[in-house]
Amino acid sequence: MLGLDFPKINEVLRWQDFFASFNKIALIAVGAALIGIIVFLLAGRRDPLVAPKGVRNLAEISVEFIEDGVVMQTMGREGLGWTPLLLSLFIFIYLCNAPGIIPILYMPATARIAIPLFLSLLVWVTFIVVGFKHQKLHYILDILWPPGVPVALRPLVGVIEFLSIIIIRPFSMTVRLFANMLAGHILLVTFALLTEAMFQAETHRPILNALGILPFAMLLFLTVFEVLVAFLQAYIFTILAGVYIGTSLHSEH
Amino acid sequence: MEALSHIVQAGFDQQQADADKASSAAIGAGFAYGLAAIGPGIGIGYLVGKSVEAMARQPEAAGMVRTTMFLGIAFTEALALIGFVVFILIGL
Repeated sequence: MLGLDFPKINEVLRWQDFFASFNKIALIAVGAALIGIIVFLLAGRRDPLVAPKGVRNLAEISVEFIEDGVVMQTMGREGLGWTPLLLSLFIFIYLCNAPGIIPILYMPATARIAIPLFLSLLVWVTFIVVGFKHQKLHYILDILWPPGVPVALRPLVGVIEFLSIIIIRPFSMTVRLFANMLAGHILLVTFALLTEAMFQAETHRPILNALGILPFAMLLFLTVFEVLVAFLQAYIFTILAGVYIGTSLHSEH
Repeated sequence: MEALSHIVQAGFDQQQADADKASSAAIGAGFAYGLAAIGPGIGIGYLVGKSVEAMARQPEAAGMVRTTMFLGIAFTEALALIGFVVFILIGL
């Protein structure tokens, strides 16, 4: 009845290169970085004595959001120095996620694993370096030979801690961002294809056209949902980065 | 003649085996995602329910509870997402 063929995953995610090794994903990523930089440069140039308006308002709201919602909740006052890193992570990830629902672009740059992987490796390197800087060798020793655990269990707990901190953390951060955005993208593709197939059906036209309203409604709902997901994933990535760096700042014991 | 029919038969078997592989991959992919979604589904439901309870009991702590709730959701959800990635790897 319906000739619905879901395209191969490569067709959904692979784009023609504009020129050598620069495709739509790279374009979105570069655009996100540039927009972020320009907005904050513009906001920073305004006269601080005048009441803020326009771009400056936006910048102030986002800085406040990161300070109150992420840094103060995860690291406390002494973590305020980390606001720039977390703010740029948040803005960049959000601007990479948002094109997933912006017409014409319709592709979250974070739905390919490269960008989430790179960002989480950045956070990984940061929290390990911060750990060594603030706790010296105790950082790695406390992971491998955790104090406050019965001695007989220490080798076991040490191995588990090491795996979960050094290996699972960057992996799960990558997969969380990547898979969330990819899942959203695939859902949108599925319902868009279903809507199209139903409105262009060759047989049983009246009934299929009428039923085509349902996947279309779902498509609209998912688009709104993706707005939320784009924000939430950027927020969660930032807050996890905050938590990881925060736990490196002091030993937990 | 007999040899030829053997070759044709082998080619047919190969096609059959490919089709079998594809269909069992599709079934496996469905199970991979379905099973991976059970645990996180229960976990997130429990987690958010308890968080709402905590926020209702102590509205002044809502901000802190919300942050911790998102953290917990992120950790719980990771399992479902790994299942989703496996689903794509073996299914599509």
